[in-house]
Amino acid sequence: MTSDKSKLGFYLLLAPLLLWLVVLIILPHIGLFFVSISEKVGVREYETGLGNYAVFFNEPLYWRTFARTAIMSISTTALTLILGFPIAYYIAKMTRGRTKTTLFLMCLIPFWVSELVRTFGWMILLRETGIISNALQSIGLISGPVEFLYNDAAIMVGLVYTSILFMIVPLVTTLDSLDDSMIEAGYDLGGNGVSILREIIIPHAMPGIVSGCIVVFMLSLGNYLTPILLGGKDSLWFTGLIYTQFITRFNWELGSAFGFLLLALSSGIVFLGLKLSRQTLTETMGR
Amino acid sequence: MIPTVPQSNVLKWSYRAYVTLFFVYLALPLSVVCAFAFNDSVFPSLPWEGFTMAWFFGDEAPFIGVFHERSILRSIGTSAFVAIWVAGLAVFVGTCNAFLFVRHNFRGRGFLYILMLLPLIIPGVILGISILVFSSTVANTLEDATGLWFDGLRPGLILVILGQFSFITTFATLVISARLQKFDLSLEEAALNLGATKWGAVRQVTLPFLLPAIVGAGVVSILMSFENFNTTLMLVGSDSPLTITMFDKLKHGSTPVLNAVSLLLIICSAGLGLISLLFQRGKS
Repeated sequence: MTSDKSKLGFYLLLAPLLLWLVVLIILPHIGLFFVSISEKVGVREYETGLGNYAVFFNEPLYWRTFARTAIMSISTTALTLILGFPIAYYIAKMTRGRTKTTLFLMCLIPFWVSELVRTFGWMILLRETGIISNALQSIGLISGPVEFLYNDAAIMVGLVYTSILFMIVPLVTTLDSLDDSMIEAGYDLGGNGVSILREIIIPHAMPGIVSGCIVVFMLSLGNYLTPILLGGKDSLWFTGLIYTQFITRFNWELGSAFGFLLLALSSGIVFLGLKLSRQTLTETMGR
Repeated sequence: MIPTVPQSNVLKWSYRAYVTLFFVYLALPLSVVCAFAFNDSVFPSLPWEGFTMAWFFGDEAPFIGVFHERSILRSIGTSAFVAIWVAGLAVFVGTCNAFLFVRHNFRGRGFLYILMLLPLIIPGVILGISILVFSSTVANTLEDATGLWFDGLRPGLILVILGQFSFITTFATLVISARLQKFDLSLEEAALNLGATKWGAVRQVTLPFLLPAIVGAGVVSILMSFENFNTTLMLVGSDSPLTITMFDKLKHGSTPVLNAVSLLLIICSAGLGLISLLFQRGKS
């Protein structure tokens, strides 16, 4: 009797999960794939084929934008790691008690604020009539207004800013669990700062580094706001192409193919990152 | 480098200088957004023309404040409507998922768990277009078959809610599962021994224990829904949520009324975030 009842309970719990995953995740992606391999031959007439993918590889604008997006996302990830690691280390190891909580909270606050607001802030700072241009003029470093917006450096600054918190949080968590006595032992055994960093701290922080890098890479690759607003009209970002195909050109078949390529790239890099560091998705994300 | 091991002063101070510089970098964009909400000029840029509250309360063109700008007020309402639905659905499904994954051991559990995590690694734009394509296909098929209209499956608020729900649920599940794992099962057994029914024990013992996580997950869901852009952009119809309205205004250049909205958003989201953190910390 009780087993029947708990079986019913089990299915009742399973139902929402399956409904969510099947209707909103699995079926839409299968649908996206089928649309991406159909070519329009007439009004509401379609043929199956790889034509949309061929268009992507034959048009330099498309695959160059794709490569550019990938390379800039990888550079953003690397830059975020290099800039974020010392901060995470400082919060985890150099501070105690209330200072630590305060610094950690100060890192979290910008993450709660909408990305749009953060990007807006950078626009005010970087534009021709903006703060940085004016500040440099008043010091006398430049003679006239300079436009800092609408270039790749501006995109990178914005991308690092929006994603650095996702690097710092997992790093602080893993570094926190490293016992200080390990580092002291390293010094006692004659190690110097560099060798201790390489032999003790980085291996211990590896899970945090991997999950931080994966999240930052994903966020940069899938970002739309920052490249479009900070990069201006000519900024080429792959999500921008997808948006154009779907909403402006109404070419859903090509847009779906683009979407699938982006999905393949992001899952490929995530898979590679997990394999190289010998971790699983469950360990990295499910915390 | 740790405090107990002595280091040269130069190193120590340059490290501190770097950390300070980093926090300036973090605070800079948000502070300028807030500061220019009070600039008495129609552009959110220098020169500084003096202090004004017109971007909040003004009702004369061109100084139309937040509280008199119809399009912004309407989109705040839309965002709130979407956020409440998303948070409600995500917390409900997240709680069910937490019980399923923590309490039950079944075939395919590991596989389903990985599937549950997938929305985290799918870019938001892709989630948006896949749901858009799928719902349009379903709508076309149904309309061809029945001759009726299915507007709910066309871009609009229902799709925005479903799109945001599809990945926010993962976060809700993770937050609630983490707390359920800490629950001592013997408490529930004690309730059963004292004559409670299974459901009664869950409702009176387990759910109160989970409450901080449920509230936390709800707040996080509301924040994420409010600030979501990528998925929403692909699914939005004629009623646009706040982020979409702000994006349109930003692209075409706008008055500091946007700074005023942003300032209100910063205050609300930082406040909500701090409250949820304190709430979770206080209970655990």
